Amino acid sequence: MELKTVATQHVPVRYYEGGNGQPLVFLHGAGGLTGEDPFPHALAEKYHVYAPLLPGYGDSEECGELRDMLDITLHTLDVVDALGLKDPILVGHSMGGMIASEMAALDNHRFSRLALIAPAGLWLDDHPIPDIFSLVPYEYPPLLFHNVEAGAALMTQGANFDDPEWLKDFLVTNARQLGMAGKLLFPVPERGLSQRLYRIRAKTLLIWGDSDKLVPPVYAQAFKKGIKGAELAAIPEAGHMVIWEKTARVVDALGRLG
Amino acid sequence: MKFTWFNLMPWPYLPDDFREKNRSVWVDIDQSLFDPVKSHEVYNTYMDLLEYASTLGFDGIGVNEHHQNGYGIMPSPNIIAAGLARRTKDVGLVVLGNSIALYNPPVRVAEEFAMLDCISGGRLVAGFPVGTSMDTNFCYGQIPALTREKYAEAHDLIRKAWSEPKPFAFNGRYNKLRHVNIWPRPIQNPPPIHIPGGGSVETYDFCIDNTYSYSYLSFSGYIRGKALMDGYWKRVAERNAPDTSPYRAGFAQTILVADTDEEAERLYSKHVSYFYNRCLHVFAGFADAPGYRTIKTIQTGALSQYAPVRGWGEITWKELTEGGHVIAGSPETVRQRMEDLIKSLRVGNIFCLMHVGDMPKEKCMYSTKLFAEKVMPKLRGLFPEYADDGRFWCHPIKQVTPGSLPREAVAAE
Repeated sequence: MELKTVATQHVPVRYYEGGNGQPLVFLHGAGGLTGEDPFPHALAEKYHVYAPLLPGYGDSEECGELRDMLDITLHTLDVVDALGLKDPILVGHSMGGMIASEMAALDNHRFSRLALIAPAGLWLDDHPIPDIFSLVPYEYPPLLFHNVEAGAALMTQGANFDDPEWLKDFLVTNARQLGMAGKLLFPVPERGLSQRLYRIRAKTLLIWGDSDKLVPPVYAQAFKKGIKGAELAAIPEAGHMVIWEKTARVVDALGRLG
Repeated sequence: MKFTWFNLMPWPYLPDDFREKNRSVWVDIDQSLFDPVKSHEVYNTYMDLLEYASTLGFDGIGVNEHHQNGYGIMPSPNIIAAGLARRTKDVGLVVLGNSIALYNPPVRVAEEFAMLDCISGGRLVAGFPVGTSMDTNFCYGQIPALTREKYAEAHDLIRKAWSEPKPFAFNGRYNKLRHVNIWPRPIQNPPPIHIPGGGSVETYDFCIDNTYSYSYLSFSGYIRGKALMDGYWKRVAERNAPDTSPYRAGFAQTILVADTDEEAERLYSKHVSYFYNRCLHVFAGFADAPGYRTIKTIQTGALSQYAPVRGWGEITWKELTEGGHVIAGSPETVRQRMEDLIKSLRVGNIFCLMHVGDMPKEKCMYSTKLFAEKVMPKLRGLFPEYADDGRFWCHPIKQVTPGSLPREAVAAE
């Protein structure tokens, strides 16, 4: 995967590109995306992958002008345009799934194939989604992984909370990334998507880890109900980070979109 | 010097095992710990103490805003200030302050502050905090990364609402108003404005550029506060402020006076322990929503005081008094340390935290009276060259009267 830059109306956008095959756009979740993440690499075995970073993520420039759902939806549509892509497979994980849903609902003749992996964007009063903004680090793994121990090891690679410089970098990264994510997800990760889901015309595949504790599988049913013809690929022994825990299974499932 | 007697209004009935059994005193504090009937006496005692301070020569009496918080049962400081406005005459009403990003539309704050200023005869000292992350983001749901922008807009709207002589339209990003025309308007135009901050560079600049007083409301005391205040004064110089008046700055300090140092420890240590070991027990996850603090501020190392690296833990009287978190002792001990504080931080406004934790009213009055009679007069004369600097304090009208009715209702013209 190569890290590249594309100009947009707002700020230059950083994106990972790699692989051959049909074009596929992958939108990352609130935790962000790095060059080492296994999922884009696995996708690149089958597709020509474009994985843009939301402004403020990774080393990309922040963008104060992007404040709300509409701003970010339009911005991401601009990114697809700027990359010169015609009808790419649109894939989003978690917050990225929320953005992808909004893009497909708003510009509903543009995308014919949509994959939503444990997307955010809906809210069920009986199944409140945990507040990711008030978590302390050790609380993440049980929410994100089926195999909590392995997940914790992945998350804490290279972490050193005793080193003030490391801590400062960690806090800056959090402020940049989760600060941006908060515009869509804080304090309740819902911005009216349920009213717009009916507009989605793309063939839609929902992919969910059976043991997702952040956005529990009951939300898959809510998305399925809202999007006409949506199919669900439920993946056992996987949590919210199903793309890390069952990478190959997710890539296989995507094959259903053609 | 300006001394303001300040009460955070802590809930005094947190149980002994509060730390062990609860994760936070703030945001998701256990509902069952609040007793509305008991609060009747708590509120009225706290208001009595504020009134008491006004009779002893303090320049101001102070209140502030917190939400869902066991150490501050004052979500609306304006309600308390309204009660105090009626029952006091010569003292500044320091509302430090209203978290202006939380009110829709913020003209509500412009109106309520105007009412307070009118009722009190021009005694309002107004505070505009951004608000802590606990209050602003976690309790009141403001999006962290947009809070400061919303705050700035609210500030501009309030200032304009106070100054424009005619109705105007306001087309903000967060506030769209066709007819802004607040009525009543404040006596002071504008009231002096103090901004509580926690080390944000942006807040320093905002104060310097607008001639507002910067207040550091810390519980870590003046020794640790020095680095932050030095940063502020450095910024005052860099930004070419016309002067370095100490009234450009304020500092909150826990102060406890007794006959002797030993008596201070004997009388007050358990109440101080209650405050530091129970009231400051804030869950680290609520201390700082990502995006609330700017990148620039994090890079300068100004982190939330609610998530200290070591945690507050069980902290002792000795550590607290030696570290300057608490200034306590005989009048002479307190005078020396206060003088050290005032000079080393260069602060003209002192917010005296004189009610601490679960302190009973008698002890609080004892300490307050000793401070007012034996300490405050000896500190009054500091910074004589700025004695006439009236920019940061209220200017009441000549005749402040609470109003009075005739003895009898009569059918007279």
